[in-house]
Amino acid sequence: MVALIDKLEHAPAHLICGRHNNRPDALLEILHETQAAEGWLSDDALRTIADVLNISRAEIHGVVSFYHDYRRAAPAKHFIKICRAEACQAVGSEALAAHAEQKWNVSTGCKSADDLIGLEAVYCLGNCALGPSAMIDGELFGRVTPERLDALVERCIEKAERG
Amino acid sequence: MAGGTIRVYVPCDAAAISVGADGAVAAIRREADRRKIDLEIVRNGSRGMLWLEPLVEVETGGGRVAYGPVADSDVASLFDADFLNGGDHGLAQGVTEEISYLAKQERVTFARCGVIDPLSLADFEANGGLVGLRKALAMEPVEIVETVTEAGLRGRGGAGFPTGIKWRTAHEQPGDEKYICCNADEGDSGTFADRMLMEGDPFILLEGMVISARAVGAATGYIYLRSEYPHAVKTMRRAVDIWRKAGLLGDNIDGSDTGFDVHIRIGAGAYICGEESSMLESLEGKRGEVKVKPPIPAIKGLFGKPTIVNNVLTLATTPVILAKGAAHYKNFGVGRSRGTQPFQLAGDIAQGGLVEKAFGVSLRELLEDFGGCTRSGKPIRAVQAGGPLGAYIPVRNFDVEMEYEALAKAGAMLGHGGIVVFNDTVDMARQAHFAMEFCEIESCGKCTPCRIGAVRGKETIDKIITGDNRAENLKVLDDLCELMTEASLCAMGGLTPMPVQSAVKHFPEDFGG
Repeated sequence: MVALIDKLEHAPAHLICGRHNNRPDALLEILHETQAAEGWLSDDALRTIADVLNISRAEIHGVVSFYHDYRRAAPAKHFIKICRAEACQAVGSEALAAHAEQKWNVSTGCKSADDLIGLEAVYCLGNCALGPSAMIDGELFGRVTPERLDALVERCIEKAERG
Repeated sequence: MAGGTIRVYVPCDAAAISVGADGAVAAIRREADRRKIDLEIVRNGSRGMLWLEPLVEVETGGGRVAYGPVADSDVASLFDADFLNGGDHGLAQGVTEEISYLAKQERVTFARCGVIDPLSLADFEANGGLVGLRKALAMEPVEIVETVTEAGLRGRGGAGFPTGIKWRTAHEQPGDEKYICCNADEGDSGTFADRMLMEGDPFILLEGMVISARAVGAATGYIYLRSEYPHAVKTMRRAVDIWRKAGLLGDNIDGSDTGFDVHIRIGAGAYICGEESSMLESLEGKRGEVKVKPPIPAIKGLFGKPTIVNNVLTLATTPVILAKGAAHYKNFGVGRSRGTQPFQLAGDIAQGGLVEKAFGVSLRELLEDFGGCTRSGKPIRAVQAGGPLGAYIPVRNFDVEMEYEALAKAGAMLGHGGIVVFNDTVDMARQAHFAMEFCEIESCGKCTPCRIGAVRGKETIDKIITGDNRAENLKVLDDLCELMTEASLCAMGGLTPMPVQSAVKHFPEDFGG
């Protein structure tokens, strides 16, 4: 039995819960940190968190599925988030998103077949006077034209390849 | 500068970084090294003239002189033009404080933003910081509540509820477990004032939170900050650390009997968590579902205890009210809208940025005197004021005064002060469709009018766009909007009809009318 429980255990998630004193009200923070460490939230991680915080797995599922930030599958290597809210719409974000979909052969909300690019819609990056705005691998860019987007993404890919 | 190191300012604000501020810093360092010039680069907040970002300022005997927007490739020529002594250059904007966009403003809440190093406590104090806090610590809690009430401050998050009344309610609750929750979930498109202030003057928010904590008797505070704002998160976290080390958070703050600490919690991409009851649920680690009111949070909020939920700008405005007195603040504004409002010009606008003005300035003044024209050069067709739940306003109504009551009378709202400009290529039926779609994506799902209404609304607008039984479907849409307005639990479902119905009313030609 002991061995079986050990197998269910997700060590990083357990450690992260401990850093928050195993407090259920810190659940969002715990999920953020677990996702930052692993890239996504696995069944094992969620099971461990439920166990440690003493809340049901159904409750955790309810929280994870409610918020847009949490991922239940491994992410693409690079992330493009394009702001699709009104201020960016007013300066061409819809065309920019269409361009990105075509260029990387990926639909919004999905990742490309080779797992290289994930494309997401985001509703406001707070850069509304300098749109269209995009976040590429966590970095914010303003006045993003299709050409600038291509160059920025290429640069991110090259940077990662160089290590 | 009397013999000292030359000081150059380049903002660390996310908007400035998004258009190359970090690159400008690297280029300036490189060029200075090459020319063997000793200079100090201060990463300040943004002045809010975002079309000029990255805005580089140099401290000279005649004040700070501005250059912008500075690309990496401009840096060598700036040195050649002796910009370190305020030399003339194609990008020169003159003395920063004299640039008309800034000179015409009434900077009260944003007085320090862009001026100081955001994380320098010495800069903060040298520019009026901590005066309000120290006054508050010497006052009885009820006096603080009275001063804020007297100033006429209303909630800047959008609802415009009198802050003093909210504080008084929490103050009067028995018990010593109370909370201050700062709503920094600034999700409205077209708004970035909270972000700019948290990045450019983070201590002002902490100062306001400690003042509110003393007023109501709270020992713990939370800042609920959106995950979409990584720069603000980083700055606020460092600000909290600095304040703890300086004894401005913790027990016996600044030697007083007030003890208060602040924790930062990061949102997870749900727009609805900007609604206060949803935010409190989220702070408890739950789904951000809206709760039925009453009870109001000031009586029964976080963990069931009396809780103040205030927007960043509301809390950050209380230090100046305490420092300069209620009358000083109250003198700004018109009618029941007292004080100043940081407006944000966004979308297709030539001079986008932050404009803090007393309430009562007209929309036209903001757009023409500050915004200039559209960035694209095309004529303006509409603006959306107050975020995704705010009304679309046609050009003929631009003389409306920007204050709570006048906007309500015009069928619009102030919201968080965002103004998004659209040019004449905008299709208002598509915008109405988007309003419903956004509500569908972001609805918490708790109440039926919002959860189902948004989906049906989107379908109905689809039919109107394709010309399917248009007249009949416009009636259905109107009926649905009335139901959502009347029967939704919170502003998400209750106000989504505002952009939809204003679009139909003012731009019938886009709906086949």
